[in-house]
Amino acid sequence: MLSTDLSQVERWRRRRAEVAAASPDRRRELLADTARRTRRNVVRMIRTAGQGHIGGDFSVADILTTLFSHTLRVDPAAPSARGTDRFILSKGHCAASLYSTLADAGYFPLRALDTFMAPLSELNGHPNRVKVPGVETNTGPLGHGLPVAVGQAVAARLTGSDTRVFVVLGDGELQEGSNWEALMAAAHLRLDNLILIVDRNRLQQGARTEDTNGLEPLEARLRAFGCEVRRADGHDFDALIEAFLPATENGPVAVIADTVKGKGVSFMEDRVEWHHKVPTEDQVEQAMRELA
Amino acid sequence: MSAEAADVAASVAVPVHDNRAAFADELLRLAREDDRIVAVCNDSVGSSNLVAFREEFPDRLVNVGIAEQNMVGVGAGLASFGLIPFVCAASPFLTARSLEQIKADVAYSQHPVILCGMSPGLAYGELGPTHHSPEDLSWLRALPGIDIVVPADRRQTRQAVVAAARQPRPTFIRVGRFKVPDVTPETSTLRRGRFDVLRGGDDVTIIAAGTLVSRALVAAAALRVSGVDARVLNAAYIAPLDVDAIRAAAFETRAIVTAEEANVSGGLGAAVASVVGELPARARVPLRVLGMREFAPTGSTEFLLGYFGLTAEDLVRAAEDALSDG
Repeated sequence: MLSTDLSQVERWRRRRAEVAAASPDRRRELLADTARRTRRNVVRMIRTAGQGHIGGDFSVADILTTLFSHTLRVDPAAPSARGTDRFILSKGHCAASLYSTLADAGYFPLRALDTFMAPLSELNGHPNRVKVPGVETNTGPLGHGLPVAVGQAVAARLTGSDTRVFVVLGDGELQEGSNWEALMAAAHLRLDNLILIVDRNRLQQGARTEDTNGLEPLEARLRAFGCEVRRADGHDFDALIEAFLPATENGPVAVIADTVKGKGVSFMEDRVEWHHKVPTEDQVEQAMRELA
Repeated sequence: MSAEAADVAASVAVPVHDNRAAFADELLRLAREDDRIVAVCNDSVGSSNLVAFREEFPDRLVNVGIAEQNMVGVGAGLASFGLIPFVCAASPFLTARSLEQIKADVAYSQHPVILCGMSPGLAYGELGPTHHSPEDLSWLRALPGIDIVVPADRRQTRQAVVAAARQPRPTFIRVGRFKVPDVTPETSTLRRGRFDVLRGGDDVTIIAAGTLVSRALVAAAALRVSGVDARVLNAAYIAPLDVDAIRAAAFETRAIVTAEEANVSGGLGAAVASVVGELPARARVPLRVLGMREFAPTGSTEFLLGYFGLTAEDLVRAAEDALSDG
């Protein structure tokens, strides 16, 4: 198990306080800085490891930044402590973005990112809660995060906790039936402390979602399953912050975050091959220039 | 069967009990003492004997409906929040439909979920192979990090529930529906990762699990009449495996017979074989693995146990055959 980096936690706390107190313009700047740092870390990690899922890492980066730098009530010095919020990245293949976000908050030292997917590293290609603080459950096979989040939301209610449970799903992942089992239960149990966020980048491994096994009409489907559906530009921090507000109806919230796979690097954006392609040295240089 | 063996058979054959009642009773008792205990089920409130639990603790019974993948994931979520979930469903659906959830959300994530495989093995008799779970031991034994408990009778079923509640860890408990006699001594305790020696003997060892334990005792009595001393081990834990007891059986007796209401592909017998096969040549004693090798035809549980060669007489024959091979 990696250990907490308390000095990094302190830096993260100061930044969070600054974000909380900032004007809207300044808040956008601060969050954009963090998200850019995440993307730069991801490029370095995937270059070193020679593998990874860079497209999805980039589409989810602004969502993770908003959650960990603004919305989630968490304490990296005491992960999963009573009264804190819970976060699950169900699309576990985007571990690089998650690891960078967690390390930035001090859950573990930033230098551990250099070991991404190296032999015996705690930082596997998919997150492992037994080894990585801040990881709630081991994901990787798709369709696993939401059922676990439903269990946590039920547990929060049973124990009288005001914990909110956040879970990020890939859009292609919604083709897994287990998600719809979980949604039925979440609505039936009126879990207004559960919020699922769909990283709607419209691409899955080999093709567009709509050319593979179409998800549309996604809003109507989620609403029909009992969700309070919100739609947001997944790269607009203000819109995400508003979408992540507590439920106003008596059930789960579903945020469809419209995103761009590969967001932030021109030659990767909305290109299916960047699901798990590894950039060449020239491409790394160009990516780092664009993310400067 | 000799008169003596028949006497023993009569003494251990009646009365018989459905372990689910003991399971439900113990779970309810513990739930009164510990409010972290919750039950999760897939519409199986009745068949998992959870009606009384629901009446007393309606909020603490999470019925997710007919949705086993979500059921196991929900169990993991409850466990990750510090609760102690007993996830109850018919074993074929619990272990097959949600095997990946058991692997990733429970075993690999090390979430202390107690998976309760109700009515396992051939318990559903005439309902056929879709409703049988002779595969559950094979499937779960392939996963690191999860205990597999097969209680032999009411007492062990209660003990398994208590052990799981007191020290929660990823666990599968096979809760029998086919009625079996009490076989464990009143003073016995369930020890994690240990077989129970129910009968001493130096000629042959019979290692049996669940339903087959009482039959192993009957077989041992019959063998005694023909001058064969059979050691009977109750394999209440399949994982962790009692390697020491298997080694002792191989070094101290001349043959081993395993018997289980499960497929031979990866259950108790396969586990024993993998230990014995790696022993020094002098301890690689003849081994007979009794269990199932094909989907069951139509028949009651009792009929099918006979069909698959899992009667006391079959155990006697297997022991004699193995001994003659030595």
